[in-house]
Amino acid sequence: MLFVKSRQLVIPGDLLAKGEYAAGENVYKGRDGFYASKVGLVVFENQVIRVIAIEGGYLPSANDLVVGKVVNVGLSEWVVDINSPYRGVLFVSQTSRRSFDSRRDDLTGILDVGDVIIAKVLEFDRTRDPRITIRDRGLGKVTSGYLVKVTPTKIPRLIGKRGSMINLIKSRTGCQITVGQNGFILVKGKRVEDEALAVEVIRMIERDAHTSGLTDRVGEFIGRGSEED
Amino acid sequence: MVGKGRKKLISKGGVRVDGRKPGDLRPIKIKVGLLERADGSAYVELGKNKILAAVYGPREVYPRHLSLHSRALIRCRYHMAPFSVEERKSPAPSRREVELSTVIRDALEPVIFTEFYPRTVIDIFIEVLQADGGTRGTGIIAASLALADAGIPMRDLVAACAAGKVDGQLVLDLNDVEDKEGEADLPVAYAPQMEAVTLLQMDGTLTKDEFERALKLAVDGCKQIHALLKEALRGRYLAVGDVVEAGVKKGKGGES
Amino acid sequence: MVRSSEVISNIERKRILELLSQGKRLDGRGLKDYREIKVERGVVEKAAGSALVSVGGTKVATGVKVEVGKPYPDRPEAGALAVNVELTPLASPTFEPGPPDKYSIELARVVDRGIRESKAIDLEKLCLVPGNKVLVVFVDVYVLNHCGNLFDASELASVLALMGAKVAKYVVDKGGEVKAKAKRVPLPVRNYPVSVTMARIGGDFVVDPSLDEEMVADARITVTTDKSGNVCAVQKGGVGVFSVDEVMEAVDIAVEKSGELRRDVLGV
Repeated sequence: MLFVKSRQLVIPGDLLAKGEYAAGENVYKGRDGFYASKVGLVVFENQVIRVIAIEGGYLPSANDLVVGKVVNVGLSEWVVDINSPYRGVLFVSQTSRRSFDSRRDDLTGILDVGDVIIAKVLEFDRTRDPRITIRDRGLGKVTSGYLVKVTPTKIPRLIGKRGSMINLIKSRTGCQITVGQNGFILVKGKRVEDEALAVEVIRMIERDAHTSGLTDRVGEFIGRGSEED
Repeated sequence: MVGKGRKKLISKGGVRVDGRKPGDLRPIKIKVGLLERADGSAYVELGKNKILAAVYGPREVYPRHLSLHSRALIRCRYHMAPFSVEERKSPAPSRREVELSTVIRDALEPVIFTEFYPRTVIDIFIEVLQADGGTRGTGIIAASLALADAGIPMRDLVAACAAGKVDGQLVLDLNDVEDKEGEADLPVAYAPQMEAVTLLQMDGTLTKDEFERALKLAVDGCKQIHALLKEALRGRYLAVGDVVEAGVKKGKGGES
Repeated sequence: MVRSSEVISNIERKRILELLSQGKRLDGRGLKDYREIKVERGVVEKAAGSALVSVGGTKVATGVKVEVGKPYPDRPEAGALAVNVELTPLASPTFEPGPPDKYSIELARVVDRGIRESKAIDLEKLCLVPGNKVLVVFVDVYVLNHCGNLFDASELASVLALMGAKVAKYVVDKGGEVKAKAKRVPLPVRNYPVSVTMARIGGDFVVDPSLDEEMVADARITVTTDKSGNVCAVQKGGVGVFSVDEVMEAVDIAVEKSGELRRDVLGV
């Protein structure tokens, strides 16, 4: 038995349903049924009830693409801010450096505090800080671009179904956009105006992620075609 | 606190010094998400109380040795601005502030799913900009909203208010003068969905029967406030952009 | 222990410098422009005077309390002024609860200097019993959200709180006892100090630095002027250095901008 409609805005403690269901993310099973644990939109997928949270931080998941900032350098690893309660750890073995001798080489020659990297999460289980890697193609240090920070819960909406939303923004603004699952986004365009437009759209999506009709409004906002290109 | 009540705090007809009836709450004003740097924040006015709460976390614990391996640490600081009361208060934490920081933390922790974030800390900061009786309750309300604003997973929102006895009558939501000169003050925090009392204190003199009635009065007040908190959170998001439509949407982006 | 929010990324730093070389700032402002300033006066009725000031995202609330106390030994016939700043832990992930640290103390002393040296309050009018009882004006600055330039927001909030402060009229009876009457009178405010803070990034001065700009700057300078354009307080911060010409350039900018702030924000 359902007590709320699909995509209704729910508050922590709201009773969502009673009966044969499974609790998905941001839903817990309590005394009288299933309840929301965060403010968000409730969705029903088969027998799973989950709440798409409006606000919330980033919890790393294996294979997530993240954009991070190096904040500390150790003897054989770097500590990376990935916008999570848990800092990413990047071991030198997870870079493309073939040989590294800690007695002879200095880690800061590869990456130093303040450097921005595109990385992938290898593993994370909450008992230890997440391990990340920059070994694969497309990963590594970033030397220029505009770093935008959005609430991590908005990232799925920003990407869209099979990338539809983010591809729309990329094609209309001509910008390269790397979206980290952790809410850090890199925007690189040919002109400052293109980047500024992309950032404005990203902010618009962040603000209105939970509303309907957003895809249409975004489409209208960034124009029907890139006439200037 | 047993007061003689030099002046009449409540008339025979049950009218209180500020015009309220015995069971009336003071007017409440709520603003959520007003501080940019904090992960979650809220501002609440309850009568003349003006209280700000901010939440940071879950985040790394400093100093490291305080971290708990299986759950998040909850830290709470209740603090009053020097200009918040009639006579300027020194900014250094008083014994009262230390006590209230502890009981407020204990009032909020039961609803938080701390096990989701081992080895982290969730910091709750409450600043009283103006005080007029019932600041710990108002602080808890602001903190509940700030926690929701920060996306901290919770079983329920905690609401709080105080009941008490003034000139022989049981009243709800004591203001400053009622608190100072009344016969009893009973602050309560309550999580309605869990049917759980999470904060309970009392000072004064009440018979057992009065105590029970006052407790129920306070719990009832908490339920009223709880409904307002939900409305405030709903209103924050429904005011932005379109109203969310009912029904299942096909082919919509945003599925993770 | 470095909280990662204290480290600005290299690409953000690069972007700020690139834009500056074209005379632009990250948020589109001109080099001498302030962010939007919003003011709410009298936000705390229990305080004698209060104000909440937002400069961009930076939010500071100041409350003024006036009480009877002892004068400073070196000025027995004048009221006393005490400025305190709380960098509340609500305002930034890097602020921790605890006694005032070097940042809040520096901020408090700079705000104090502006008010004291400009003689914003006619402290002599606050003497009740010379050498014994005077009015002490407590200015408590509460930083609620830190998005850069706490100096100017704090100074504005403090001066606004003083301007709007209403205090009980105190009288001294024949027995030397001080009594507060019910009548409320304004504090004797005679001057309106305004501070203008600039960050120096590369070779440029940017007025009202945002948080990012503060993290990239190698030095900052705060110049406080009074209503006649006299310089009454200056504070250099950061390990960078200034030439004499640069200092005078900063002073010129401060005189220009403080006039605007005095007119548009303080209303005098």
